[in-house]
Amino acid sequence: MSFVSENPDFAAPVQSAGARVGPSVASVSDYVALMKPRVMSLVVFTALVGLMIAPGHVHPVIGFTALLCIAVAAGAAGALNMWYDADIDAVMTRTAKRPIPRGRVAPGEALAFGLTLAGFSIAVLGLLVNWVAAVLLAFTVFFYVVVYTMWLKRTTPQNIVIGGAAGAFPPMIGWAAVTGGLSVEPCLLFLVIFFWTPPHFWALSLNRTSEYARARVPMLPVVAGADETRRQILIYSLVLAPIGAAPWLLGYAGAIYGVVAVVAGALMVGLAWRMKNVRDGRAGEHAANQLFAFSILYLFVLFAVLLVTGGPLTQSA
Amino acid sequence: MGKSRSMLVRFMDEKPETIVLTEEQKRSRRARSIAIALALGALVILFYVVTLVKGPAVLNRPL
Repeated sequence: MSFVSENPDFAAPVQSAGARVGPSVASVSDYVALMKPRVMSLVVFTALVGLMIAPGHVHPVIGFTALLCIAVAAGAAGALNMWYDADIDAVMTRTAKRPIPRGRVAPGEALAFGLTLAGFSIAVLGLLVNWVAAVLLAFTVFFYVVVYTMWLKRTTPQNIVIGGAAGAFPPMIGWAAVTGGLSVEPCLLFLVIFFWTPPHFWALSLNRTSEYARARVPMLPVVAGADETRRQILIYSLVLAPIGAAPWLLGYAGAIYGVVAVVAGALMVGLAWRMKNVRDGRAGEHAANQLFAFSILYLFVLFAVLLVTGGPLTQSA
Repeated sequence: MGKSRSMLVRFMDEKPETIVLTEEQKRSRRARSIAIALALGALVILFYVVTLVKGPAVLNRPL
């Protein structure tokens, strides 16, 4: 499998969508939708965990400010993604009702909105919290918008593997907001989300292969086929399980986290194994949906346990 | 001279073309304006509270 798609069709954006002239009809809820609130909530949650388990103390107001800036920057990245991907969104059922394809928000409005929010959130994080966290936040937005959205998404089936790094940065930003630096522990959290992303998104894309093909997005199932995707999902799940348990194995998290991570990792591998073997018809679709749903629970539970039990750092402090 | 003068007078008499907003556009513009005002107000309050929390350290911003 080549790293970059050799099919030139995948590199060419389809017709631009959402072009509209005249006064804006966008409502506040349209702008909220541009910020991808569901993605934003996951970003805020993982950043909160990074912030809470970091050693040292941060004033609640400063902590809240950091989370607010991270949330707004995530929303800005979402708006810029929707601006650039309006042509793809218009031809996919899952995304056709987004504000730009529906003609509620003009592409230029989304671009201005995204750039303004990104600039404000990064500057405020730098001025009110610290500049290490702000630089990390700026890099995350850049990585998601430029590296993932503008480059990888349309050119390689490894798009969500490399692009997944953007979603893995928030716990590091939360950590940096408290400590002003980075260390091994937030990097472990980064790795957990990084290796969680491929099985999560590929399980989702397996049942939407035709839509991605129609939008000319070279997702792995489109380029390499469903069987190869199932094999890759299993491999990534096998890598994810020990990495998920690594914070406990390396002494950074307690026994409760260890037990939860080992059991959840085993379930993840089990579901990936089942999906690899149950391929056809409704049962195959169901197996992919089950893995997708469980992957969300997996990440949530691991981070929730860290949040509740405290990290290593709060235990030893 | 007389012809160009009469053209100028006619041009000045014409009403400039303006965009007339529909009721829906007016409503959404008003809602957007309120949202922007609230966001700016929240930002002012945030800066004020952070200044109180940080005290003199608000000027200390090491990289």
